[in-house]
Amino acid sequence: MSAPSYSIPGVVSAASPVAPADEASGAAPALVDSGARSVAQVLAQSQVEDVLAELERDLVGLAPVKARIRDIAALLVIDKLRINLGLTSQAPSLHMSFTGNPGTGKTTVAMRMAQILHRLGYVRKGHLVAVTRDDLVGQYIGHTAPKTKEVLKKAMGGVLFIDEAYYLYRPENERDYGQEAIEILLQVMENQRDDLVVILAGYKDRMDTFFQSNPGMSSRIAHHLDFPDYSVGELMQISGKMLGTQNYRFGPGAAEAFDRYLQLRIGQPHFANARSVRNALDRARLRQASRLFSERDRELTRDDLTTIEARDILASRLFKPE
Amino acid sequence: MMTNPTGRLTQGQFSFLPDLSDAEITLQIEYGLKKGYAWSVEYTDDPHPRNTYWEMFGMPMFDLQDAAGVLMEVKNCRKAFPNHYIRLMAFDSHRGVESIAMSFIVNRPKDEPGFMLERQEIGGRSMRYTTRGYGADKPEGKRY
Repeated sequence: MSAPSYSIPGVVSAASPVAPADEASGAAPALVDSGARSVAQVLAQSQVEDVLAELERDLVGLAPVKARIRDIAALLVIDKLRINLGLTSQAPSLHMSFTGNPGTGKTTVAMRMAQILHRLGYVRKGHLVAVTRDDLVGQYIGHTAPKTKEVLKKAMGGVLFIDEAYYLYRPENERDYGQEAIEILLQVMENQRDDLVVILAGYKDRMDTFFQSNPGMSSRIAHHLDFPDYSVGELMQISGKMLGTQNYRFGPGAAEAFDRYLQLRIGQPHFANARSVRNALDRARLRQASRLFSERDRELTRDDLTTIEARDILASRLFKPE
Repeated sequence: MMTNPTGRLTQGQFSFLPDLSDAEITLQIEYGLKKGYAWSVEYTDDPHPRNTYWEMFGMPMFDLQDAAGVLMEVKNCRKAFPNHYIRLMAFDSHRGVESIAMSFIVNRPKDEPGFMLERQEIGGRSMRYTTRGYGADKPEGKRY
């Protein structure tokens, strides 16, 4: 009953402790020599270039975030080359925190991050599990640990995205179960670094207090990325992209009207960057629809149906004198 | 004839093979996940062939993408019950199947005494047979 006389596909020798379990899943295993000797070869093998280009093309602004993602991707590529030459390289800690105001693209970037890490072979499956406090913290004693563990198990092989992570810690209630969830998270983040990447997201000031009261969490996160607010120009670009994907376009004067709308809207409370843009466009679509609806007998052309006119935007409550 | 020729419990898949390593277990889990099975971990110290339902170690794990989560539970269970039988079961929820599709042992006690066949003579030449685990004499938790 010692040496088995059979062999299992994907395993070099049955006794080797590190077996590339993901061989079958089609992902390039991170710890195996893939034969690449130059950056271009690794890039060609992992197709990470495509994702980076997509990131550059699809996401407006966010220059510091994109720069950091490029840095991380570069480190992972170089690490691969090091492994190929037999140099030891410790798997880097890839846990991240995304801070920024609402609607600055934290979730979108997290989704892309999962893809990039998957292409580079640092997570095996590349799926994103997005959770909030409710999914991690239980309602009674003994409920939290199984709940948190279940979420962690679902996220293994991918990226766990904890939105509004600061809610996990409630200093005003010392019996809050959030602390328990944080402890389990920390343990898994430390011990199973190869199995999953945790991304914490939230508003800047509240995340800062969260990290101050949980120094263990802060020190286990290698990458703190801050998402800047968008300028009006960037928001206009975003609105153009949003309309494009929904087969709409601005009519004459509408873009200028929307520009003015944004300038007014930024000053208002509860401005949520790209999310506000989406909501404003949705409302403009509603107004366009009811404008067309009222003209019962007109034959509507393709142009009519796809054009958002200046008056659809100017009807907004922002332009009305108080 | 020996009733227990290999000196080991032979239940479920791979039970005539040498114990699977963690890497091999990972491959099996990965296969099951790809088929859409939900894995669960069970343990017992009474492996009688008719003892169908072992104790569950946590809930069955639905919606998993990667084997690491299941393996984590296996390791936790081994830590909690190092001298018990532990098995992994894969539940296939497809309509018309809805039952266990895979099951194999991932942990065994060091010493496996096996089972005895008890014969009881009843009324003339009739016989009644019972299988009894040698380990099952002691109370639960003290058997291996």
